[in-house]
Amino acid sequence: MTDNSKSNLMHIGVLVVLFALFFILPVYHAGNMSRIMVLAVYAMGFNLLFGYTGLLSLGHAMFFAAGMYGFGLTTNLGGLPVPLAFGFGVICAGVLALVVGFLALRTIGVAFMIVTLMFAQTAYLVVLYFGTYTRGDEGFVIQQAQRSIAGIDLTSETGRYFTALLIFGICFLLIARLVQTPFGKTLVAIRENEERTRMLGYDSHRHKLKILVISGLFSGVAGATYALLFGYVGATFATVQYSIFPLVWVLLGGAGTTIGPLIGVFFMFYLINISSGFTDAYMLVVGVVLVLLTLFAPHGLAGLLRKKVLTWLP
Amino acid sequence: MAAVNILETRGLSKSFGGVHANSDVDFELARGKVTALIGPNGAGKSTFVGMVSGRIEATRGQVLFEGADISHLPAHKRIQLGLAYTFQITSIFAGLSVEENVALAARRLLAGQPEALVKRVTSVLARVGLSDRAVQIAGDLSYGHQRILEIAMGLAQEPKIFILDEPTQGLAESEVDDFITLVRALAGETTILLIEHNMRVVMETADMIAVLDQGRMLAEGTPDDIRANADVQAAYLGTSTDA
Ligand SMILES: Nc1ncnc2c1ncn2[C@@H]1O[C@H](COP(=O)(O)OP(=O)(O)OP(=O)(O)O)[C@@H](O)[C@H]1O
Ligand SMILES: [Mg+2]
Repeated sequence: MTDNSKSNLMHIGVLVVLFALFFILPVYHAGNMSRIMVLAVYAMGFNLLFGYTGLLSLGHAMFFAAGMYGFGLTTNLGGLPVPLAFGFGVICAGVLALVVGFLALRTIGVAFMIVTLMFAQTAYLVVLYFGTYTRGDEGFVIQQAQRSIAGIDLTSETGRYFTALLIFGICFLLIARLVQTPFGKTLVAIRENEERTRMLGYDSHRHKLKILVISGLFSGVAGATYALLFGYVGATFATVQYSIFPLVWVLLGGAGTTIGPLIGVFFMFYLINISSGFTDAYMLVVGVVLVLLTLFAPHGLAGLLRKKVLTWLP
Repeated sequence: MAAVNILETRGLSKSFGGVHANSDVDFELARGKVTALIGPNGAGKSTFVGMVSGRIEATRGQVLFEGADISHLPAHKRIQLGLAYTFQITSIFAGLSVEENVALAARRLLAGQPEALVKRVTSVLARVGLSDRAVQIAGDLSYGHQRILEIAMGLAQEPKIFILDEPTQGLAESEVDDFITLVRALAGETTILLIEHNMRVVMETADMIAVLDQGRMLAEGTPDDIRANADVQAAYLGTSTDA
């Protein structure tokens, strides 16, 4: 079997397992999995930029929030039908990424991190400033009546799980394909040695701008889906914390792997979930585990797998 | 009807602060020939080819490729026109496999043709003798093999002009022989601009020699002209033939 067909099989296999899990897991855990899948979409979007291209943004929450608010506000205040509002949210995130990329990609390294951080901070303040509509920190709830597509009730555990799975599955397969294309391989080249890439005749700046927009689009999809499935839109999702989360997930799971983001979100989610059941100092537990992982699996869990057993892991 | 010179520079100059690395360099590169660019350390050779390829921004002057002024094109556009550049300080994708390094070089031209790409990569690796190391991680190669990989990445682009900045530096004697054979085989297929300290390589491969000294073009001509040139002997040949 070629590496390529192994990889295809792995991706399909993951989706089959996720499908089956719904029927195996108790309701509570199935609910958690819905959330994990949506956040994994966010992590996968971030991973395209960080893991594959080597660009560390510290402001990705603004794209997640753009999707979330773009969707939430238009459906709540504008009364737009769900699919249209969803599309609008995603486009908001893409346009924001284009603007941010246009300016921030003039910088590299630490400066890029700071500039993205500042843009995200501005976005957060904008959400607060328009508190009349966004209701600031408190946020707003999306009415149950608006949370259905084609008659499927997205507030039911089943509707929610399979919508999350559908959207995760589409994004997962799209990204798996994307990173195998010449474009995707050039991103890795930029990560490895940007000057060399340029001196092979690739327009590295254009590649970076493109992938930032794509990354923003996926983050926007995640934000809009989150609002749609869990019915809540709030400024917390635009805070620095939500820019740091995807970094931690991706580092944990394995940067620059297609499966890493899902593993990272899953691991982190249950790490917090379980340790907070034991102790109030659960963030300490999380911190210690993170330090241990960085020491013993610097390329994340998927990176460890790739090194030890599954050398073909994409 | 193609012009004799594929590339020309006019008044090309570069200052780094107070250092005049290149001063008004007028140069002509003959199509289909191997031209060696020689000169003592610090003469400005790397700076010169850096400005030609667009990697280094010129302070002043023009670069003409096939008669067109490319002075204001960014590096990647110049490479797209058919210039390939190998670095003096090895610059490969150390974390990727040898074959992926070569594939990246070739893929820009063969993006939509996976079969042609595989063929090109295979043949380039065979040509430079790296076939049995195709799946190795490039960073694990020996220094000499990394230099050869760098050359392979240039070849894979099938360039119109192939700029090599001290390709044989750090190669074993037998690898230098292979390199000479390779350059001779390429002569006629493409135009080569070769920066080289090893005089044996220069004398065995070059059709034309250009001598740069302290940022100025000291002499240009056939190997015989250059050998006979008193200025050159004073500045360079007399002191470094054994280098
Ligand atoms: N980025 C830079 N900043 C400042 N000075 C530089 C820079 N690059 C080169 N120089 C200076 O310009 C001059 C020419 O350097 P260059 O590297 O072009 O020489 P070279 O002929 O390639 O030498 P070598 O044979 O050692 O490779 C030297 O004096 C060098 O110190
Ligand atoms: Mg040099």
